[in-house]
Amino acid sequence: MKLTERFKKGKFVITCEVGPPKGIEIEKIFNELEPLRTKVDAFNVTDLQSSVMRIGSLAPCRLLKERGLEAIMQLTCRDRNRLGLQSDVLSAAVLGIENLLCLTGDHPRLGDHPQAMPVFDLDSVQLLAAVKSLMNGKDMAGNDLQGRPPQFCLGAVVNPGAEPLEPQILKMAKKITAGAEFFQTQAVYEVDKFAAFMKEIKHLKAPVMAGIVLLKSPAMAKFMNANVAGIHVPDEIIDELAGAPKEQRVRKSLEISARLIKQLKDLCQGIHIMSLGWERHVPTVLEMAGL
Amino acid sequence: MLYTENKPIDEILQSLGKEKNIFLLGCNGCAEACQTGGEEALSAMKAELEKAGKKVTGVCLVDFLCNKMLVTTRLSRHVDMLQKSDSILVLTCGIGVQATSKTVDKVVHPAANTLSLGGLQGLWPSDERCQACGDCALDYTGGICPVTFCAKSLLNGPCGGAKDGKCEVDSEKDCGWQLIFDRLQKVGRLENLKKVRSARDHGKMLPSSELRKKSFYDIEAV
Repeated sequence: MKLTERFKKGKFVITCEVGPPKGIEIEKIFNELEPLRTKVDAFNVTDLQSSVMRIGSLAPCRLLKERGLEAIMQLTCRDRNRLGLQSDVLSAAVLGIENLLCLTGDHPRLGDHPQAMPVFDLDSVQLLAAVKSLMNGKDMAGNDLQGRPPQFCLGAVVNPGAEPLEPQILKMAKKITAGAEFFQTQAVYEVDKFAAFMKEIKHLKAPVMAGIVLLKSPAMAKFMNANVAGIHVPDEIIDELAGAPKEQRVRKSLEISARLIKQLKDLCQGIHIMSLGWERHVPTVLEMAGL
Repeated sequence: MLYTENKPIDEILQSLGKEKNIFLLGCNGCAEACQTGGEEALSAMKAELEKAGKKVTGVCLVDFLCNKMLVTTRLSRHVDMLQKSDSILVLTCGIGVQATSKTVDKVVHPAANTLSLGGLQGLWPSDERCQACGDCALDYTGGICPVTFCAKSLLNGPCGGAKDGKCEVDSEKDCGWQLIFDRLQKVGRLENLKKVRSARDHGKMLPSSELRKKSFYDIEAV
């Protein structure tokens, strides 16, 4: 099912990120996702996240569909030129994938193959436009596709914590022009800042899913603050987590995420949970958040 | 030698938009050899602009516009005229356009596309500034090249990776799109960023044999 149909029904949409393994034993991940079957609307499969070589997004998305789970396929511009990207979009349609999330992608320099050639033949806006063109029966060069064209619900990303914010919003508007129908955001920890962002983009009328990253430790929060663009975990949250006794830290982390979800719920149209290996804790977080 | 080719006049007029008073700046180096930037090219462009109802506020020819110091000294003689101009139309390669933009706080428009560096990186040696993409976007990005200054050569704005204005690839390197954003804000052209730039045509990077033949400047010729 296309994600847009859920937004149209006014449903608060919940998605969970899935990071495929570096290796071919993928069953473990599906077993961990099983408890979420009835809790989330779709699973969002990353495309060589952080530029680390591993299984891509296409095969796991198909396997999710075979298990009766909804999939969102992430597609980045880092590794393929326009021939490869368009071809993989057609492959995704053939395999029954209905949701695509188009993004630029991290630079290869940040990953485990820093020697790789960065492709970036297209950027995220151009990729959205290319898929939209395929949906209208033409490839990027203007050639006709044979038979019925593929149909997708197209998503994109935006970073509400970026400073300055204006270039992000200008680009977000371009993504909508190019074909994006929903957005997911970088991890949000500052509710007021997110509320201000939502006000700024109200005129764009696009559904936004706030990003939630489960904090595994105070060190992880500090690492993200120092190294990840647009993420700022306030000191109060770090102190709250650090103040909990070690054996209760997981519980405290889940409480923090659940509280954020409750605070964000009325500001946006959905949440996107990036559990980073803590998939087993996601049902508890959702339950604590009343979802 | 840098190979350049005139942008179509319609594209130039469209980029000038409502600007009325235009200062013309030409280059007597490689661009003259390609017949895109010398005396003749300047006269032809002046006529075209006047035909289109523009006022040419001044004309200046510099030997090598890719030499920022030379641009600064030569343009200092034209400060009055520059102040009265809405923008500067620069008849040269991408490096010359960027040198001009760096020197004057005016909107700059490239009149040519740079197709090949032909072995010369220009005379402003501190950075790689032009990759000769053949479809110059400096007009749209305030005279700072997104192909060379963005690590991903993105054309439609920043990725989400910059932190504190620095690139995700190198925390000591400025994010090219941050520089572009700041520049466009300074010259009052942020609306440029609303336009969707379509994907690059990599076929434009190859100068035609015709262009190579008609360019007469070749210091290696025997």
